[in-house]
Amino acid sequence: MPTKHLLKIENLHHSFGEEEVLKGISFSLDKGETKVIVGPSGTGKSTILNNIIRLVPPKKGKIYLENTEITSAKKINEIRQQIGFVFQDFGLFNHLTAKGNIMIGLTKVKKMNKKEAEDLALLELDRVGLKEYADSYPSQLSGGQKQRVGIARALAMQPKLILFDEPTSSLDPELTGEVLKVMRNLAEEGMTMLVVTHEMGFARSVADELIFMEAGKIVEQGNPEKLFTDPDHQRTREFLFQLTDLYGEGEN
Amino acid sequence: MLEIFMEYYPLFLSGLGVTVFVTLISCSLGTVLGTFLALGKIYGNKFVSAVVRTIISIIRGTPLLVQLFIIYYGLPSWGINMDPITAAIISFIINSGVYQAEYLRGSIQSISGSQLKAAQSIGMTKWQGIRHIVLPQAFRRVIPSWTNEFIYMIKYSSLAYVIGARELMTEGKLIASRNYQFFDVYLVVALIYLIVIIFFVAIFNRIEKKVTIP
Repeated sequence: MPTKHLLKIENLHHSFGEEEVLKGISFSLDKGETKVIVGPSGTGKSTILNNIIRLVPPKKGKIYLENTEITSAKKINEIRQQIGFVFQDFGLFNHLTAKGNIMIGLTKVKKMNKKEAEDLALLELDRVGLKEYADSYPSQLSGGQKQRVGIARALAMQPKLILFDEPTSSLDPELTGEVLKVMRNLAEEGMTMLVVTHEMGFARSVADELIFMEAGKIVEQGNPEKLFTDPDHQRTREFLFQLTDLYGEGEN
Repeated sequence: MLEIFMEYYPLFLSGLGVTVFVTLISCSLGTVLGTFLALGKIYGNKFVSAVVRTIISIIRGTPLLVQLFIIYYGLPSWGINMDPITAAIISFIINSGVYQAEYLRGSIQSISGSQLKAAQSIGMTKWQGIRHIVLPQAFRRVIPSWTNEFIYMIKYSSLAYVIGARELMTEGKLIASRNYQFFDVYLVVALIYLIVIIFFVAIFNRIEKKVTIP
């Protein structure tokens, strides 16, 4: 079924063994939009992201990237090239420098020549403010720097959208700001982003739409300002206030 | 002792040459074999991984000397004949390959999960991820075990003397049976093994340091 959306998720179900973690999730994402998914842990938020690029293949439902149904696409690695993924634990390749982490996808997957790949890698590192760390290995970088390399790596593949799986959850509080700032810039530049996070400040000020999930279902979705100030469900209000209390407005 | 070495050094050195040759070939081809076995065990389907498990359990569960005899004395009854050095190398490759497979498996499994996921997220196929991301890290991590394996192999290669391959131990035995100075001759042999092993360990430590990731 053709769709005008960049990403469309229809009636997505997933279960781990007996436990159903996603019970029919549907939403879509247009070009240039940033949507943020929030909700208590164990609600299946990260599973949605993993289902999209089939690192964890979904049990039921359909996902479209533009006009391609990716849930059944044969060449999933070609789909994955078009969708960036930023991991909670960074997922950097430990044996490669910051620059090398970005170049390897370009040379091995996109078959770019080494010089071109290097130029692009340096450009993307500059974009996340890490040009001078091009030759550092992951173990020589702070958590925030690692995550920014992770974002640069995703960007370099020139994806149609980027999925962020709790990108700041394993960072010390004082390091989340630098990562959120990079993400905020990307949103402003028109990158399409789907973000799972607990950073309420980011969600409120950057998201075009906020999706509140609980127990495998979407409870409420809409304009973040509305969800924060005048939600339709009492549960949404409770959760958002609780998190804002816990994590503050985020970003410094 | 020194006199004995000076008198027979061409024999000692030619024996040493065979020992080093056999060990280098066996260990390096053993790495190739071990890599395939480890990959088969971890990433292969049920059938492949069962076959690999069986091979590993048979080779690890029987003495190297028995394996050597089966290849050198047993295979000729099926019409497969080979010289002692070839027989020794083949049995050492199989034996060393199996042990290296287990070292590598541990090191691959300690890396694989999240690193492979990250590789696939940028569009690499599973095989590309294994080749470009997992193996380069696994090989680095396995160097200390590999050094150990190499040391064992230099010493185990002396077993080849029982099928008459003219490696260091065989030459020692031949010299001793000629001059009856068993103590001194075997002491020289022992010293040569020791020096060679110290030499190779130094080389491997150097390589390990060189390829280590900060």
